[in-house]
Amino acid sequence: MSAVVKIAFRNLRRNARRSFMTMSAIAVGAAAMLCFGQFIAETILEFQTGVVRQNGHISIFHAGYFDFGAGNPAAYGISDYPSVIRLIGNDPVLKPLIRVATPTISMFGIAGNYGVDASTTFSGNGYVPADLRKMGSWDRYGLFRGWPPIPIGITDSDESVGVIGVGIARILGECAALHVANCPTPPRVADVSPAIGAAPPDFAELAKRDMTSVAPVHHGAPRLDLLTATSQGAPNVASFFVIGAESQGIRAIDDSYVRMHFNLARRLLYGRNSTEATAIVLQLNSTADLALAQERLQFLLKSRHLNLETRDFTQLNPFYAQGEQFLGAIFIFIASIMAVIVLFTVVNTTSMAVLERTNEIGTARAIGVQRSTIRWQFALEGSLLGGIGATAGLVMAQLIGLFLNALHISIAMPGSSQPSRLILLTSSTAAPLMIGVWLVLVVVAIMAAWVPANQAARMPIVDALRHV
Amino acid sequence: MAKEAGRDVVRFLNVVKTYEEGAVNVTALNGVTLAVRRGIFSMIVGPSGSGKTTLLNLIGCIDRPTTGTVEVCGQAVAGMSDRAITDFRAHKIGFVFQGFNLHPVLSAYENVEYPLLLLGLNARERRKRTIAMLEAVGLYDHRKHRPNQLSGGQKQRVAIARALVKEPELVLADEPTANLDSRTGASIVELMRRIQREHSASFVFSTHDPHLMSHAEETFMIRDGQLVDHRVENGA
Repeated sequence: MSAVVKIAFRNLRRNARRSFMTMSAIAVGAAAMLCFGQFIAETILEFQTGVVRQNGHISIFHAGYFDFGAGNPAAYGISDYPSVIRLIGNDPVLKPLIRVATPTISMFGIAGNYGVDASTTFSGNGYVPADLRKMGSWDRYGLFRGWPPIPIGITDSDESVGVIGVGIARILGECAALHVANCPTPPRVADVSPAIGAAPPDFAELAKRDMTSVAPVHHGAPRLDLLTATSQGAPNVASFFVIGAESQGIRAIDDSYVRMHFNLARRLLYGRNSTEATAIVLQLNSTADLALAQERLQFLLKSRHLNLETRDFTQLNPFYAQGEQFLGAIFIFIASIMAVIVLFTVVNTTSMAVLERTNEIGTARAIGVQRSTIRWQFALEGSLLGGIGATAGLVMAQLIGLFLNALHISIAMPGSSQPSRLILLTSSTAAPLMIGVWLVLVVVAIMAAWVPANQAARMPIVDALRHV
Repeated sequence: MAKEAGRDVVRFLNVVKTYEEGAVNVTALNGVTLAVRRGIFSMIVGPSGSGKTTLLNLIGCIDRPTTGTVEVCGQAVAGMSDRAITDFRAHKIGFVFQGFNLHPVLSAYENVEYPLLLLGLNARERRKRTIAMLEAVGLYDHRKHRPNQLSGGQKQRVAIARALVKEPELVLADEPTANLDSRTGASIVELMRRIQREHSASFVFSTHDPHLMSHAEETFMIRDGQLVDHRVENGA
């Protein structure tokens, strides 16, 4: 066997230029697969990080909320969320897995800016500021190391302030006050209501009551009036002071998004002293623990006969799963093209080697070399081409990764409100991808060499010896 | 070398070999019956295209007859599997080719050692035999040279060493002097003859050069695929 290896190495050196060109093609293929694969992997991880920062890993809902709760969030609330959070926090299995357990409230209603006589439907989300801040610092993959904390736009000190999407700011004519760039000013409407500049009397009365009870003074922050239906079906209005407008990455969300303090949301939906929430969001330390945490959680809820159900972030964000599948499919497509190029390159190289060495093959067979040894001789040469080329590709990809990482390129991911940094070859996915690409290319090279190698092995000896 | 004195090393019985060349069947050997005695220097002589190489290919078990019986080293080769016949060649038959056919990426030493690797001999035994054979052909000092660093005569001597190093029962040389000048060719024949005598090996040597016939102990004349004459030297 050592002679076969020795001959294989020497044959590669014998046709150094051809071997170099073949290995270069494999190296470029490997580097392309790795860089693209890493880009995809990092994109998915960045995407996951964004989703987990915003929505956690697991959400617990009242049974049926996921299917019907959007139509009636008040009726599908979790009635005593503090006790559920305590139950989870005291569980010996879940406790070490969970980073944040926080109540949230989602609701729909009408947001009005009666200063410009405009109103629109809104989708409101209430968070506990400290918990949201902690969730926003989740960076399991180290992709945002060194980045400043993401501003959450809600504070512990003032429950009446929050942020809205740039779309809702545009619709309600608050772009200028919120310093939203590239935001058109609404045209003057000809048929102006005589009551412009003032809220309808009943709303105004409700809002006034709300302001006098909770809202401190806000220095120039635009005020919106949020109208919702309480769990009892009565209208409820709260004054909401907008301290910022954020792009949510998707226009439909931008046009309705409102982020507010949990207490304000609770007051709007359930009343001031309620202990209800529409969901409890759990953020885990690691996504790898998701299945374990979910299984344990379901066991815990079932054993306590709690009429609650869980959903993980992939279920709550179908865009994430779709994006992951789409990017994975693109990677497979690109990798397949690279593999085919490598396949044909190695087939060509090995076929030429077989043609040139036909006489050697005949001689070897005549003096007693078995067909299988001839076959392995060429397959080994193919695997060496693949192995050396793929290894060079790994090195090349590392250098490209280091170079690109040093450039600190920012890119905007689809559907994301935060900019992302183009980072390659840093995450935990890099090593498996490298091993995978290396193995695939070596296997492809062996397969490519196998066909001409088999032809060489089956060649009639006398024909091979006659070959000039 | 294992010898069974008194028996033939090669026996052909009414051997026919035809080739298909396009739509035409070409008969290379036509009913050849012969017996090559063990331990002597035999020569197959005939003009180009007479069927010498086909005859040697059949003796060397690298080709199979269309009809007839071929027996080499006491073994009827018909019906042997490719693996078995390859193994048979590795152990029993040494080849010397007209074009030397040395492995270009191996040194002289490695070329000579190569057949011993196929026999699975240990490193010490391989080294002992390889050095002895390189010394026998006078190329020990050139043992590290690659074929492209050797002259034609040196290459053929390496090829002879490669054929003999495994101590085969039969050595086949297909026009081994054809690519050499007459002086070098003569020295190669002398070398083969000497080694054959020293080892009492069975040599079958093909040539179209009648001048070399004087070296043979037994001569088979072949023409148009048929054996036309058979001579045995006195004392052989």
